[in-house]
Amino acid sequence: MAAMGNPMVRMASHAKKGQIVEVRSLIMNPMTTGLSKNKAGKLIPAHFIQTVTVTFNNKPLCNVDWSTAISANPYLAFKMRAEESGTLEMTWKDNTNGVWSSKASITVA
Amino acid sequence: FLSPSAIASSWGSGKDPYEIDDYGNVTLLHITDTHAQLLPVWWREPGTNIGTRKQKEWGVTPHLVGNHKLEYYGIKAGTPEGYALSCMDFDTLAHKYGKIGGYAHIATLVKRYREQVGKKAILLDGGDAWQGSATSLWTKAEDMVGAQNLLKEDYFVGHWEFTYGADRVEYLLKHKLKAKFLSQNVFTIPWDEPVFDPYDIREISGRKVAIIGQSFPFTPIANPAYFVPKWAFGIHPGHMQKMVDECREKHHADIVVVLSHNGADVDKKMASQVKGIDIILGGHTHEIMGPRPVKINNTLIINTSTNGKFLARFDLDVGKGKLKGWRFHYLPIISNMIPEDKEMVDYITKVRAPYAKKLAEPLAVTESLLYRRDNFNGTFDQILCDALREEMDCEAAFSPGFRWGYCKLPGETITMEDVMGQTAITYPQVTVTEYTGAELKNVMEQVADNLFNPNPYYIQGGDMIRVGNIQYTMDPGETIDKRITDLRIGGKMVQANKRYKVAGWGAMQRVEGTPVWDIFAKWLRSKKTVSANSRDLPVLTKNMKGNPGIAFPKEYDL
Amino acid sequence: ANVAGWPAAAFDAKALDAAMKDSIDTTSVKVSPKVHLTAPTIAENGAAVPVTVDVDHPMTADDYIESVYLYVDHNPTPLASAFHFSANNGQAYFQARIKMAKTDMVRAVAKTNKGVLMASKPQEVKVTIGGCGG
Ligand SMILES: [Mn+2]
Ligand SMILES: [Mn+2]
Repeated sequence: MAAMGNPMVRMASHAKKGQIVEVRSLIMNPMTTGLSKNKAGKLIPAHFIQTVTVTFNNKPLCNVDWSTAISANPYLAFKMRAEESGTLEMTWKDNTNGVWSSKASITVA
Repeated sequence: FLSPSAIASSWGSGKDPYEIDDYGNVTLLHITDTHAQLLPVWWREPGTNIGTRKQKEWGVTPHLVGNHKLEYYGIKAGTPEGYALSCMDFDTLAHKYGKIGGYAHIATLVKRYREQVGKKAILLDGGDAWQGSATSLWTKAEDMVGAQNLLKEDYFVGHWEFTYGADRVEYLLKHKLKAKFLSQNVFTIPWDEPVFDPYDIREISGRKVAIIGQSFPFTPIANPAYFVPKWAFGIHPGHMQKMVDECREKHHADIVVVLSHNGADVDKKMASQVKGIDIILGGHTHEIMGPRPVKINNTLIINTSTNGKFLARFDLDVGKGKLKGWRFHYLPIISNMIPEDKEMVDYITKVRAPYAKKLAEPLAVTESLLYRRDNFNGTFDQILCDALREEMDCEAAFSPGFRWGYCKLPGETITMEDVMGQTAITYPQVTVTEYTGAELKNVMEQVADNLFNPNPYYIQGGDMIRVGNIQYTMDPGETIDKRITDLRIGGKMVQANKRYKVAGWGAMQRVEGTPVWDIFAKWLRSKKTVSANSRDLPVLTKNMKGNPGIAFPKEYDL
Repeated sequence: ANVAGWPAAAFDAKALDAAMKDSIDTTSVKVSPKVHLTAPTIAENGAAVPVTVDVDHPMTADDYIESVYLYVDHNPTPLASAFHFSANNGQAYFQARIKMAKTDMVRAVAKTNKGVLMASKPQEVKVTIGGCGG
């Protein structure tokens, strides 16, 4: 199986107060649908990230629920209003009890 | 052939047709889609280039051909301009005026204008310069990069360039090509970051000229995606707007020029959506938007043909923050009328020398005019399809609707070089595929929609797939899955569930197979003389009657 | 096992109507020019079609976009993603990549914290064989 996990978050390290910054992320996951078959003709079970939660300084910022229609090794970008310095943390959970987290920090002046 | 002075007088006034009065403070020189033709070639304009929008919108540039085009622009038939801009009487006029293009002839004109106007001139190359000839393929584009450097090109964008693979492109751009490669619409996978500089700001005559690059948006769709697995393309009008605004607001550009490989219809739509572009120097669809530029809102759009047939010259009066005035010239490179540049001739001779013998091998004589460009089978495609069918022992053949590939006149010998001129791509393998009738129709419907979709952002800029021994009726004005009816192979109705053996080349996936040029050359050698007097053209539905994108309606039973 | 809180009914729905009903409780939402859905007209890779949604709407504590739902009309399960924002996002925007097996319509529906629904103009993404060129 291809690599799993390896979550990555990218965000500007500095911003002005009130500035809207883009957060970009990536994680390795097969995102299989449960509908396709392997070479032996057996169904490949569904294996996919179902939720991504995002906190900033431990307070909820946003979250997303996904279906199997999201591409393998999902990329996700969104935005955040930079109001204070701190740490953004993203957590991905898949339907096989897989949990991964990654952080990025920002200094707001 | 006529002497240059005799041609000059038939051009009109008797004075040198390439003499242009200087004007303004910035001069843009533009070539595009030369398809690696270092030497002059024959090039016939299409006889069919159908615009499919509602009838009242028919005949909009570039969907004007033959006499319709001559009449619309008030060009006299039989003149050098008539020869360059329309397909009418091509044979006769070709003998009268001679071949077009050739880098040695382009170089002479470029040098002449640079001497005339000095540092205010820049030369922009719209892409598709690295593909289309044997020597470009065999040197992996290095022969073309050398020619581009001798021309002292300033800017470049790409399409077929990418079929050498991302590594080769990056190597040549970084280490060999002196021109600056620009693209606002190529991004990395997965991180979605720009691969190339999107634009450059050049100070000319104290004014700031922004050049934004737009590479071919459909590169991984029209050509195999495996050549550029980590690059994403697309049109990205929103990002283009952001780049235009950035050039104007952050860099205080006085004018914004887009060097584009979108194709004519896509450029027109983009100009209707993105504000603040003064000029689009377009390519890819090998059309000539003119002789006068097309204007959409405040954007002037041109498209500078192919195979070195034209040099476009825009003389601009750039004021503070705006374009105050302009003069435009499409200059046909009629090679007999322009002396060769010595330096370029020496270079071309040198790069061709190792291959000269192989290229010169005579294969067969053609009795009829061979050309490719048209919405449906050109005559060169027809004999290529015949060759594929016979050599691969198939009942039918497909050949891609490429728009490059030059002409041969009746009585000329087809050489190995000419075969390569129709086939030199990096994915040349010939395959035999068993399609069901339904799959066969689907392939044709999908390609037809790339050509005739009324929304320009679905138009990939090629022509209809070429067919061998396949007959059909076509309504270009219909929607996908409904354009093709009465589909037959060898005159017999195609059955949805029956399987048919079809030879083809240019697959989108990696495949094994003999290169198409070997098969085509073998067939030509065996024939000794060839002609393409009958073509597998569709019957067009009656609603296409009178469409100014059709020069010879009888060919389609109209 | 499904992750706690993951809305299985909406994601398992096999038709667009059911997926919309289970996620936003209605099947008809008025198109608003404020909801921008950007997707390529032709997919370069049907297994990873980039889709961006951006909503022109304030993001203040008492008036913000709470959720954006993304649907592909004829996917085996049409609801692809449900993004839930807070005012601190500053902008209701996301970009993701989705799978599309064939030419289809993609649409987004935004919901404000007051429950107002607005749809994007549906956008056709063509999944096609290529192979032509100028
Ligand atoms: Mn091209
Ligand atoms: Mn071209």
